[in-house]
Amino acid sequence: MSSTAAPLSARSLSALEAPPGGGASGARDFAHYLARKLAAAVVSFAMLLVVGFVIFSLMPSDPVEALTRGHPTSAKQIAFLVKQLGLNQPVWERFGHFVVNTLEGHLGYSWQFETPVATLILQRLWPTLLLMGSSTIVSILIGMWLGIHSGWRPGKLLDRAATGTAITFWSVPTYWLGILLLVLFSTGFGVIPPLFPAGGMSTPGTVGGWAPAHILDVARHLVLPSLTLVLVVFAQYQMIMRSSMIDEMGNPYLLTARAKGLRDAEVRQKHAVPNALLPSVTLIFLQVGTMIGGAITVETVYSWPGLGYLTFQALQIPDLPLLEGTFIVFSASVIVFNLLADLAYRHLDPRVRRS
Amino acid sequence: MTAIDQASAALTAPPRLLALRRFARDFARRPSAMAGLAILVIVTVLALTAPLFIHASDLDVINAPGQPIAPPSARFPLGTDYAGRSILTLLVWGSRPSLAIAVISTALTMVFGSSIGLLAGHYGGITSRVLMAITDWFIALPTLPLAIGLAAALGQGDTSITIAIAVTSWPGTARLIRAQTLAVEARPFIERARALGARDGQLVLRQVLPNVSPFILVSATLTVAGAILTETTLAFLGLGNPTDVSWGSMINQAFFQGAVSAGAWWYILPPGIAIVIVALGFTLIGRAVENILNPRMAR
Repeated sequence: MSSTAAPLSARSLSALEAPPGGGASGARDFAHYLARKLAAAVVSFAMLLVVGFVIFSLMPSDPVEALTRGHPTSAKQIAFLVKQLGLNQPVWERFGHFVVNTLEGHLGYSWQFETPVATLILQRLWPTLLLMGSSTIVSILIGMWLGIHSGWRPGKLLDRAATGTAITFWSVPTYWLGILLLVLFSTGFGVIPPLFPAGGMSTPGTVGGWAPAHILDVARHLVLPSLTLVLVVFAQYQMIMRSSMIDEMGNPYLLTARAKGLRDAEVRQKHAVPNALLPSVTLIFLQVGTMIGGAITVETVYSWPGLGYLTFQALQIPDLPLLEGTFIVFSASVIVFNLLADLAYRHLDPRVRRS
Repeated sequence: MTAIDQASAALTAPPRLLALRRFARDFARRPSAMAGLAILVIVTVLALTAPLFIHASDLDVINAPGQPIAPPSARFPLGTDYAGRSILTLLVWGSRPSLAIAVISTALTMVFGSSIGLLAGHYGGITSRVLMAITDWFIALPTLPLAIGLAAALGQGDTSITIAIAVTSWPGTARLIRAQTLAVEARPFIERARALGARDGQLVLRQVLPNVSPFILVSATLTVAGAILTETTLAFLGLGNPTDVSWGSMINQAFFQGAVSAGAWWYILPPGIAIVIVALGFTLIGRAVENILNPRMAR
């Protein structure tokens, strides 16, 4: 397994720890659980604001210098900028303003686009959701199928081939794989004709909206970036599904199912799979962090107009308010999805509720 | 009989040396571990000796010897880059910043992560709860946006990348070392040391640390592998030292200087393959050490 195995296992373990449930029953118990998880999420978000403020507002040595780099600036203009950026206020006051502004959805102005950061993020949100959503669905389908079949017959040809492939793709840098696919299928290489467009989300000059031609065009642009993300991500679903299938194998209920005379495929699909699904379902929510990392580099390679490409564009300046905005949105979404993972796990596994 | 033999053997040699010898024997028996070690020895020797056969003029963008983006030839076995420099030379030279950053950031990670893990494991109670809450928070945070933010705020360059990697990779080590500290402290010799009057500092440094250090080694090899991937990713995104050559910056230049439209596979393939091989080398060693120390962890 590749290096990413370590954070993966740590992350999935912490999520799968059974939350200690109370003795009381039903709805009250759930309300208690929900309140505790919500409180934890709020604390996480508060910590996120502190870290975001420290990184983007305290660490850069001189934002005014960064803003005025390459422009002749008078002392008066500098004083004006210092005042406008609030740099003459005490740190606590600046942090207070930052928290209030962030909670109200004001993420500041982008230096390079000269537009509110929140507006930019909203514009770029849908392409990223489309890319991450479609590649997550495909990765789950491929990863689960391979995991189920390789875990059911561990050590056989399919298992060894699938596991080897998964680990290989897993240890490859995402952006490099993206560039390789770009050369192979977009530039055209050897006998392979240029099949797919090199970048962007649609062919320039075409009409947008919901016209079928436009949807097809977007789909054609989506193929290569999605494929790159799928190749890097499906391994995680496969490995988790495989190991939970192997865990289920020794259980006596499978022997019972066989003794009833069910065929092997029925025992697998109707008895083993539903039980093995549990850890994988939670993993889907916990993969968001990895997907975000992949999206930043893949969107950069394919100039896909999403949040990842926006982050890359912000980096080139570096446009700190914009970077801060994307950092907060990315991290906050991970907090939300971790919360969803906790709730989904409790909903799916009755043992957690009863314990 | 064998038990007595082992006991007498333990009396003749110091136990830690014996354990080390047994570890080396187990390690040498694993082909994957030896393959990983071979990869690392070759790459390290190449990286360290590079200044002996590569001169600054070979890396100069202005007076490069070849045509830009030329395919492999007798003179340039791996072709040339956008400026006409030999890709083979760049590839060897590029290992230096990539390895140096990975190793230094891993050292920082180990010092910080192990300290947190030891403190949380030894003191328990509220200290442990607070430290582990912070650790879990960092584990949950998406690594790349955090690293990008840190590196951007600190400014382009090797120091920023090193700090960014250390900040994002310590939590895994802290968790592992805390768990191992708890396991070690449950053993009787700790109670004995305490009964003999050992203070907290002595206990942690003299008794616990030597016993968890093998796990710090495992964590270090796996962290280096991850650090190389993060370093090259940040360099690809343009956060690296602009005047130096690294594997990540080679891919960055290949991508942004037209290697894709030229179909210049000789420019794109080598740095990526080098990254995969070195990351694989560290991972193989880390997994092997992990298996030897704790066969149950392997599955």
